[in-house]
Amino acid sequence: MREITYLEAVREAMSQEMRKNDDVYILGEDIGVYGGAFGVTRGMIEEFGPERVRNTPISEAGIAGAAVGSALTGMRPILELQFSDFITIALDQMVNQAAKIRYMYGGKGKVPMVLRTPSGSGTGAAAQHSQSLEAWVAHIPGLKVVQPSTAYDAKGLLKAAMDDDNPVIFYEHKLLYKTSSDVPEEEYSIPLGKADIKREGTDVTIVATAIMVHKSLEAAKELEKEGISVEVVDPRTIVPLDEETIVNSVKKTGKVIVVHEAVKRGGIGGEIASMIAESEAFDYLDAPIKRLGGANSPIPYNPELEKAHVPQVPDIIKAVKETLNRA
Amino acid sequence: MQLTKEKLLIPDLSNDKLIDLYKQMWQIRLFDEKVDEFFAKGMIHGTTHLAVGQEASAAGVCALLTVEDKITSTHRGHGHCIAKGATADKMMAELFGRTTGYCKGKGGSMHIADVEMGNLGANGIVAGGIPLAVGSALTAKMKKLDYVTVCFFGDGATNEGSFHEAVNLAAIWDLPVIFVCENNQYGMSGPIKEMAKVEHIADRAGAYGIPGVVADGNDIIEMINVTDEAINRARSGKGPTLIEAKTYRWKGHSKSDAKKYRTREEEQEWRKKDPIKRYKEVLIEAGLLTEEKAEEIRLAVKQEIEDAVKFAEESPAPTLDDLLTDVYA
Ligand SMILES: Cc1ncc(C[n+]2csc(CCOP(=O)(O)OP(=O)(O)O)c2C)c(N)n1
Ligand SMILES: [Mg+2]
Repeated sequence: MREITYLEAVREAMSQEMRKNDDVYILGEDIGVYGGAFGVTRGMIEEFGPERVRNTPISEAGIAGAAVGSALTGMRPILELQFSDFITIALDQMVNQAAKIRYMYGGKGKVPMVLRTPSGSGTGAAAQHSQSLEAWVAHIPGLKVVQPSTAYDAKGLLKAAMDDDNPVIFYEHKLLYKTSSDVPEEEYSIPLGKADIKREGTDVTIVATAIMVHKSLEAAKELEKEGISVEVVDPRTIVPLDEETIVNSVKKTGKVIVVHEAVKRGGIGGEIASMIAESEAFDYLDAPIKRLGGANSPIPYNPELEKAHVPQVPDIIKAVKETLNRA
Repeated sequence: MQLTKEKLLIPDLSNDKLIDLYKQMWQIRLFDEKVDEFFAKGMIHGTTHLAVGQEASAAGVCALLTVEDKITSTHRGHGHCIAKGATADKMMAELFGRTTGYCKGKGGSMHIADVEMGNLGANGIVAGGIPLAVGSALTAKMKKLDYVTVCFFGDGATNEGSFHEAVNLAAIWDLPVIFVCENNQYGMSGPIKEMAKVEHIADRAGAYGIPGVVADGNDIIEMINVTDEAINRARSGKGPTLIEAKTYRWKGHSKSDAKKYRTREEEQEWRKKDPIKRYKEVLIEAGLLTEEKAEEIRLAVKQEIEDAVKFAEESPAPTLDDLLTDVYA
């Protein structure tokens, strides 16, 4: 197998699908010769032409709605938004239209589309270009929400998202674009709703999403030196959520920390923690469930403040130790 | 005032003010060139959008504004900020993420605001400032204040719903706002010629029943003249005007841009229309400036920018306690 980057994995998944299925097309701002804000679509307009790689005006509400409408009538669009913060502008079409059409119409019609968009902080782009708003869309029945943490997962999950007959919001993390892993050349699918145990352990479970998977793995490595065995569970998709894998892990370790980059208040961590508390894993808990998330402020520009906004490896290590001490 | 045979300046501006504007154009250019250098060296975090080549619209439009008048700006906003009276030291400090910066280091390049000077802020959201400007004009109308609000935005922004909704509101309420579209021909890469069917952005004014004016955005005198008329309309309760300044950004869209969407020839053509050089020639012909004096001005501005860098470098960084301050009023 060869190693490719997360960014290349996303591009490859799209390109392979577009070669096979004429109904699949991509639309978005500057996705033509510019290659997209982060370079994900570089080379695609050269291969597929401007009909299927549609460079759009700066009109998030319009292009989101056009994607929904074309999905409803037989196409399978991939919509790229340059930064996930701009989903605010596309949200009416995603939330009031895409998510509800099939249900409102009594099971008639479907909206098979993927909205791909980079999220997360760490690039110094400040308050309007760094947010993680996945909990907003996870709250909406009818939408599926994916957050890959590795190149391998990105390719397989994107394939599943494109094959899905529902609107899927696919969050790519900016800081992960350049990370690499072994990725098969051929197409493969990772089912939506199947978590991955990124590291096995026995003392404590960390449920982490997106870039926090990597920070948690780093923390686990450090903690191993002190004889603490950490299991890291990556849900990969937050809707649908693989409750079983999380619950089984917590039953095994008796302790759990949920970590995400998004602001802690109202974040998906609250949902995961509640799900655990309501499950049979509750009786196995030896310590309170702990959540780590972003601070209750917009993302600041200054790099030190920006780092302080989101959980870092030392914060995770500290949380693990606090949890172990409460057990 | 008839400045030269071709150049008529409509509003009454003093000779000192005209020279000041020349200096200001250099402040805008040299500030952004310094920022460009710092980004290339990796000395500044984040991203930035430079307005080199677009100095005449910022300086020309703001030339007639008072401190009470307001502006809203864009991601490409350093020039607007300087033209509305901001100083390079506090701007540079912001880019360095220091507490002495306009946003105490929390905003960065895309969010510089100087509310005391009437600058309601740059904006990271394309077209995000347009409805804000309309709101600011609404305040003026409701409180019977006689300030005007100038709203800067790019060509690409006019394809956002916000633009259309906001211009319509301003039109039906006859608000004292001046919409200034700096049409530098491209969004990030999308050519406006492919992204809109109308020939001129100014044509869009017709859809809202307000005047639309096309201006040479690289000619500061023309920018002053068309703004003068729009301000007079706004101050006399006749409502908004849409001004389209045709211009060009010399640099790439942001810090990384291979500029594959345009040709080097096109860039060269526009560089020939250098707004600073053109203005210098007018001032010299009018007998208000000499080559020597012009060079003196440029060098003085250069020094000013170096001093601003020094100020920024010597300023303190925020502490971690600052993370949670100013979230709520
Ligand atoms: C709502 C929104 N969509 C997309 C972007 C990404 N983006 C930043 S600047 C830009 C181009 C803006 O073009 P224009 O309005 O012409 O301004 P210019 O950059 O040319 O000054 C784009 C697409 C954004 N910041 N906000
Ligand atoms: Mg533009």
